[in-house]
Amino acid sequence: MSAISSTLALIRKDVHSELRTRYALNALLMFVVTAVSTIVFALRSDQPTSSVLSGLYWVVVFFTAMSGLSRTFVSEEERGTTMTLQLVATPSTVYFAKLLFNTALTFALTIAVTILYMTVFSNAFVIKTMSIFIGTVVLGSLGFASASTIIAAIVAKANTRGTLYPVLSFPILIVLLMTVMGATTKALDGEELSSALGDFQILVGYILAMTGGSYLLFDYVWKD
Amino acid sequence: MTSMRLSLSNVSKEFNRRSIFRDVSFTLGGGDSLVITGRNGSGKSTLVKIICGLLTPTRGTITYSFEGKSIEHDNVRNHIGLVSPYLQLYDEFSGLENLELLSQIRSDRVLEKGRIEEVLNDVGLWERRRDFLRTYSSGMRQRLKYAFALVHKPDILVLDEPTSNLDADGVEMVNRRVTEQKQDSILIVATNDAEESTWCAKKIELGGKV
Repeated sequence: MSAISSTLALIRKDVHSELRTRYALNALLMFVVTAVSTIVFALRSDQPTSSVLSGLYWVVVFFTAMSGLSRTFVSEEERGTTMTLQLVATPSTVYFAKLLFNTALTFALTIAVTILYMTVFSNAFVIKTMSIFIGTVVLGSLGFASASTIIAAIVAKANTRGTLYPVLSFPILIVLLMTVMGATTKALDGEELSSALGDFQILVGYILAMTGGSYLLFDYVWKD
Repeated sequence: MTSMRLSLSNVSKEFNRRSIFRDVSFTLGGGDSLVITGRNGSGKSTLVKIICGLLTPTRGTITYSFEGKSIEHDNVRNHIGLVSPYLQLYDEFSGLENLELLSQIRSDRVLEKGRIEEVLNDVGLWERRRDFLRTYSSGMRQRLKYAFALVHKPDILVLDEPTSNLDADGVEMVNRRVTEQKQDSILIVATNDAEESTWCAKKIELGGKV
């Protein structure tokens, strides 16, 4: 029970800190608005297909996540508070707290992108199978967070954080990206839920593998 | 008197094949105090971090026991208080919030009611407890680090450059804490200051042995 209360306390700390500093939020919001605006201007009056829209949707989510999710660890290194966290929390507490925080951040990001897409592509971005879309967004958010958290912890210790994070992330996230894009296309095309079960299985397997591997490795990454 | 025991056996540390120090060995129990001295770059702060469980030694072993039972590395943090120039607290929170939040995260040690108020008064920051840390002077930040280190009544208090940035009142506060800590707990001080070196009964100069 103390591990759970410790994890929740660390999440509360991160939420309060983020609300006061807007360290990641500002970067995420600006990137979302800029990316979606650019896509709208590029497409103009063209009506993109469902597969193009789903690809553009997750491209925005991916690059926005790249600009924001690493900050959960990078900000601790830059402010010199990593040692403080190492003194008060176990590695597993830190890992799960940052993972859950990143999951919530990614989920909020996907909701923001969804609302923007439904507004600017009101004729084309119509979710015909909501169950597939919700499942994809939830599992996709978890998948992004599970991969991004461990990569952020690795990158935070490096000198060239800016370029290293997307370079390390892309090969690991490509499987996730392909799967969520396929599932989102099915949601936009109005396919049955059963057609996306295979995608959901892949996503669940990905999340379990990434989270399990990250949990085992995090101790070595977190401590010098 | 604390039943905490700390034992280092032939601890060495290297970074990128460069040796920082070699074969450091000592054993400390309740009431013991140790000063770590050495020239700049001799590894005083590195040894401090190893003692606090923040770094792993390249060779050698470090063991902790409490009431006769061995303590796992991950649980040592509940027994250690650290004041160090490398330790930073959160600028976006007040002094009080820093102590409350960090104490909640370190939830294995439940604080006594009123303990945070007590330590903030001890370090002279009660009046400024609701001010954001970014408004604190360097001396006030050092005082808050003492509050953070002492709030959970650590069995081992580790001080790295203990009086840096402190005024005369602050130094007096540190002297009181050092005296209390030496009575029934373990005190470790890393310093090059001649007066601070006299605080402790045992001494190690990095490069030598106790």
